[in-house]
Amino acid sequence: MIIAERKPFDEIKQEILNYKKVLVLGCGTCVSVCMAGGEKEVELLATELRMAAKIAGKELVVDEMTVQRQCDKEYVEAVIEKAAQYDVVLSMACGAGVQFVAKTIEPAIVMPAVNTKFIGVCEAEGVWAERCRACGNCMLAEYGGICPVTMCSKGLLNGPCGGAKNDKCEASQEKDCAWVLIYNRLKAQGKLDNLRKFTGARNYTFQASPSKQVNEAYVRPELAVKK
Amino acid sequence: MTDNWEPVVIAYLCHFCSYSAADLAGSMRLEYAPNVRISKLMCTGKVDAQFILKAFEDGADAVMVSGCEEGDCHYLEGNLRAKKRIAHVKSLLKEVGLEPERVEMYNIGASDAPKFVRAVNEMTERARKLGPNPLKKKENTVPA
Amino acid sequence: MSFRSQLEAGKFVVTAEVGPLKGTDIKEIEESAELLKGKIDAANVTDQQSSVMRLGSMAVSSLLVNRGLDPIYQVTCRDRNRIAIQSDLLSAWVLGIRNVLALTGDLPALGDHPQAKPVYDLDSVQLLSVIKGLNEGHDMNGNELKGKTDFLPGGVVKVYSDSDATRELQIIKMEKKIAAGAKFFQTQAVFDAADFEKFMKRVAPYKIPVLVGVIPLKSAGMAKFMNKNVSGVFVPDNLIKQMTDSTDKMKTGLEICANLIKDLKGMCQGVHIMAIGMEKKVPQIIDMAGLNK
Repeated sequence: MIIAERKPFDEIKQEILNYKKVLVLGCGTCVSVCMAGGEKEVELLATELRMAAKIAGKELVVDEMTVQRQCDKEYVEAVIEKAAQYDVVLSMACGAGVQFVAKTIEPAIVMPAVNTKFIGVCEAEGVWAERCRACGNCMLAEYGGICPVTMCSKGLLNGPCGGAKNDKCEASQEKDCAWVLIYNRLKAQGKLDNLRKFTGARNYTFQASPSKQVNEAYVRPELAVKK
Repeated sequence: MTDNWEPVVIAYLCHFCSYSAADLAGSMRLEYAPNVRISKLMCTGKVDAQFILKAFEDGADAVMVSGCEEGDCHYLEGNLRAKKRIAHVKSLLKEVGLEPERVEMYNIGASDAPKFVRAVNEMTERARKLGPNPLKKKENTVPA
Repeated sequence: MSFRSQLEAGKFVVTAEVGPLKGTDIKEIEESAELLKGKIDAANVTDQQSSVMRLGSMAVSSLLVNRGLDPIYQVTCRDRNRIAIQSDLLSAWVLGIRNVLALTGDLPALGDHPQAKPVYDLDSVQLLSVIKGLNEGHDMNGNELKGKTDFLPGGVVKVYSDSDATRELQIIKMEKKIAAGAKFFQTQAVFDAADFEKFMKRVAPYKIPVLVGVIPLKSAGMAKFMNKNVSGVFVPDNLIKQMTDSTDKMKTGLEICANLIKDLKGMCQGVHIMAIGMEKKVPQIIDMAGLNK
């Protein structure tokens, strides 16, 4: 899932400084699971904003709403009518959600309330870790299911840089050297020879941003991409 | 503020220990500050940051959360989770411009009525020193 | 005689590191070049060493060429994408630079511009294969070059590893670098002759020239710092003690370095002196180690 963290409160306050009616809009999918922008975080942020405004003697209406997904038309369209009653929508979704809402309710103002960080997994309660860089050309088969593009801080493909210390990354003793992980995994799998193969430079055309993915089987005839 | 202001202290107490201590304080005829409003939960592990923010939004001057002594939680580690959440709430209060000291975590065993009394009195005194919660509506002030 | 011809003739070679400074003042470099000329076979010119932004390795390599010192142009993958790197290599060739050392490069986060984008479009093995291609007359996409290069490409390898996994990975990567065209290796600093002997036995089948890296110690503190922070460097306790007990640290440091070179020279085909900040002492180390031409 996509992992995000809430922006610092002061930054959010700055974003809505000139508005009087705010709708805090949560997203019930990724950011809900990583506790950055789901229903509960919407409640907390809205309460904080109300309290801060009142303490500052400022007039501010803050209401709350959470939709299942801000990256999906059918859920976001349900926001249009309500959003029209506010000066600004403070979206707690990832960057994709913020943009989708902004496009849907154009030209209404939509501000981001979280920083979108990475695609990752939940390692333990309250701990999320990056696992995928969405490079568009998955090479996990070669590396025993450990991604060097993501897990090596330099994204090297032909082995470690030599900066590891105590099997930890040059970047930080908190991070494992991806290549040690890959080596140990491949060794256990009896596939160390994978490491002896030369891997060519990455092809960034696989990641030509902004990317688009079309599944023709599901595209409605009237919307189908003309070839 | 007004001369007749008395702090309102909200206490979230767990069923198994701290609430029993409060009960025992009553049975023992111990006197403690009448400012406290008790809310009983099965476990402080249930305490959500939002409960506390809401209490302050609605005018509480201080909030205390009290669970079993560490290691004695009826649900094993609910009180330890509450401890972390209280630390988080302190940072939220700071963000919005309230004193983090307005909220505190306590651990009070079922038989420790005197500790309950001390805790309530301490939070009441602390709130008195900090003054009224600026979010308090005038009509919420308690007559002396 | 050029570095390459010495190496290919099987002669024992001596190289030393010349670190460009931050800014446009090239006085230090000119002085170092003057001192080192005739004493060493080639000078490694570092590429934004430790990710600290400074004068470029191509410009300084070119200065050395003009002053009659054969440079080993160090190229890291940290700062430039494949277009820039290939172009720089062509430019370097035109400027008379003949030897290239391919490195990954430290993370920008460790340097003086930690906010910089880490590029690493290529890794060091891919970079070596790119150099091989340019030498053959084509770029990495197979497009023909009008006028090709004929670089002597080299790689780096760590002798001391603190775990089995990292040790094996170093060897595997060394094999890949050789397959990708590396013609010589320079090692991370060695302080333990027995350790180096083991390493050389291991890599003997590759029959590739290895230049052992040495660093003159300045103090016991420096040794301890490297043990703690620098990957692939391990200074044994007895050397640290010698430094601690010494009343003339500079002299002791140079002696240790010279003795080490004497111990190591029989095991390999060259020595690479990394005199971090003490470049001017290099001729003295060479004298003391009996490596004078």
